[in-house]
Amino acid sequence: MVQFVQMLLAGTAQGCVYALVALGFVLIYKATETVNFAQGDLMMLGAFFALSGGTLIGLPYWAVILFAALVMAIVGMLIERVVIRPVLGHPAFTVVMITIGVGYVLRGVVTMVPGWGTETYALSTPFGQKVLRVGGAVIAVQELAVIGMTAALCLVLYLFFRYSKLGVAMQASSQNQLAAYYMGIPVRRVNMLIWGLSAAVAAFAGILLAPVTFVHSNMGFIGLKAFPAAVVGGFGSVPGAIVGGLIIGVVEALAGRYLPEGFKDVAAYVVVLIVLFVRPSGIFGETTMKKV
Amino acid sequence: MRFIFKTDYAQDIRIAKHGGHWFWYGLLLALLVAAPAFAGEYLLTQLQFIAIYSIVGFGLMLLVGFTGQVSLGHAAFLAVGAYTEGLLQAKGVPFLISLPAAALFAGATGIIVGLPALRLKGIYLAIATLAFNVIVEEIIARWEDLTGGNAGLLVKPAVLLGQAVESPAAFYYLCLALAVMVCLGMINLLRSPTGRAFVAIRDSEISASCMGVNLAKYKTLSFGLSAAITGIAGALYAHKIAFLSPEQFGLFQSIEMLTIVILGGVGFLHGAVLGAAFIIFLPQGIAIAKDWLPPGVATSGVQAVVFGLVLVGFIIFEPLGLYGRWLKIRTYLELFPFYRRGMFRRQKAYAKSERLR
Repeated sequence: MVQFVQMLLAGTAQGCVYALVALGFVLIYKATETVNFAQGDLMMLGAFFALSGGTLIGLPYWAVILFAALVMAIVGMLIERVVIRPVLGHPAFTVVMITIGVGYVLRGVVTMVPGWGTETYALSTPFGQKVLRVGGAVIAVQELAVIGMTAALCLVLYLFFRYSKLGVAMQASSQNQLAAYYMGIPVRRVNMLIWGLSAAVAAFAGILLAPVTFVHSNMGFIGLKAFPAAVVGGFGSVPGAIVGGLIIGVVEALAGRYLPEGFKDVAAYVVVLIVLFVRPSGIFGETTMKKV
Repeated sequence: MRFIFKTDYAQDIRIAKHGGHWFWYGLLLALLVAAPAFAGEYLLTQLQFIAIYSIVGFGLMLLVGFTGQVSLGHAAFLAVGAYTEGLLQAKGVPFLISLPAAALFAGATGIIVGLPALRLKGIYLAIATLAFNVIVEEIIARWEDLTGGNAGLLVKPAVLLGQAVESPAAFYYLCLALAVMVCLGMINLLRSPTGRAFVAIRDSEISASCMGVNLAKYKTLSFGLSAAITGIAGALYAHKIAFLSPEQFGLFQSIEMLTIVILGGVGFLHGAVLGAAFIIFLPQGIAIAKDWLPPGVATSGVQAVVFGLVLVGFIIFEPLGLYGRWLKIRTYLELFPFYRRGMFRRQKAYAKSERLR
């Protein structure tokens, strides 16, 4: 039982990271109907910026998060402006291929930057290796911090989308671009900001993931696990992304514990296949019929 | 400038539209057949790879370019074909039986994937095929009794009609013959009612089903055929590489296969071949260009950057791919001086949104 709770907690912490990456997918998908395959690589880049912010500039942990998020927001907006906007309106899959290309470029560029390269780095956090003992269960503070910070970010994002003018404009333009345009919302600029926001969220995810996988140029592949998370929740749904991420994280942790070796790596994909066969557009996905 | 006056409906579906086709493709074929006489061993190896990747390109083009379905998991079919061939060859099954077996088995896998995929569209289909690819890769790695797992599987040269196909020239002819046969098969398929149904589904599923195309049947068929063709390529790939391991058939292989189709030109058979040639020669180009770069830069990094930039650049500046570029050049020359820039401009497909707007 104690072990089960521990697994559950570890799975939830891992699931939070998936959820944040999935959140990035969903934000961009809702805005531009593009699936951003480079989301994992944005996360990787964010972690590297955090690393440099900590070691080169010597910022404290909290400032590092803000710094990385800010830099990544600019990177995200640049990517939207330079490569995504020219192909907007082309078939969805061409745009997906572009983001795959962007992912390759980001991964390659990181290995060329002096001081980053192909090495593996550790990002120091104030939580370190501390553990809490609650009734026999050993809980890493790190995991609690990841869960807490994810919850805080979700709350901030919720308030932002619910109450700020920009957040409402983002919702409007992702629901119906044409109508939003008629209402005087600068849809293109809003799309650019959404890319920035999603890249900032990715940076946040990268920083949370860094203590688990360390920082290296291939850490972005975790993004491939976040796809199932986004799909399980339904690709157009923000709460769905969070729930999907948690489901994938927990299932993976339990599969690693109770199923034979090898199932841990494919558990996420098995779950996504099952969900897709039962509900082709995810748990929270909207099902719409096309009018002829 | 050549005008083709059509006086007969059969002219529309003729294999060669005019005598020039016979001449130029005949010349190309003659050159390819004569290649072992003048090409060095290195160039011959490259040509073998181009032939194999062309077959991959044909298979994927059928699905992506002509049926409009997306697959991020075609490396799995390549794996199924390659392992089937490798295992049957180890049992001493002759190539003439093991090759169709590889194609059939890969095709059956494709149908199994295609059936549930009928309900899925666009990005959901991409993710489902991606998931399938990861699962197949893991199964190959774990089923050690059969596949050798991560330790890999050695594949002997093919045995064709009692003769081992060992020399580079012989294997080159085998690849070339299969590539040409698959190509002719694709041309014939595309001018048959089945192929027309595929294209109709690509252009609009709703219109196609209104015209009486059975969506479920043709989508599954397309998946199956595409997987079978990829399985043939997999069998050749197994003999070419001679050593199979699961990580060769990961997601990156799938993306590279898609890149063949996109760089070559989605929706053109020529595109599959051009894209294959491009993908094969790209690393060589990078190796040459690397001499100009400062030392100490990781080769894999440069490769990734160039690969990504080429992909992005092509989609932004030449969405029709290499073959599209050639079409434009040809049209420019044919119509000189009347070519206009907007002739090939693609209309923006806002209507194809997956959501209601």
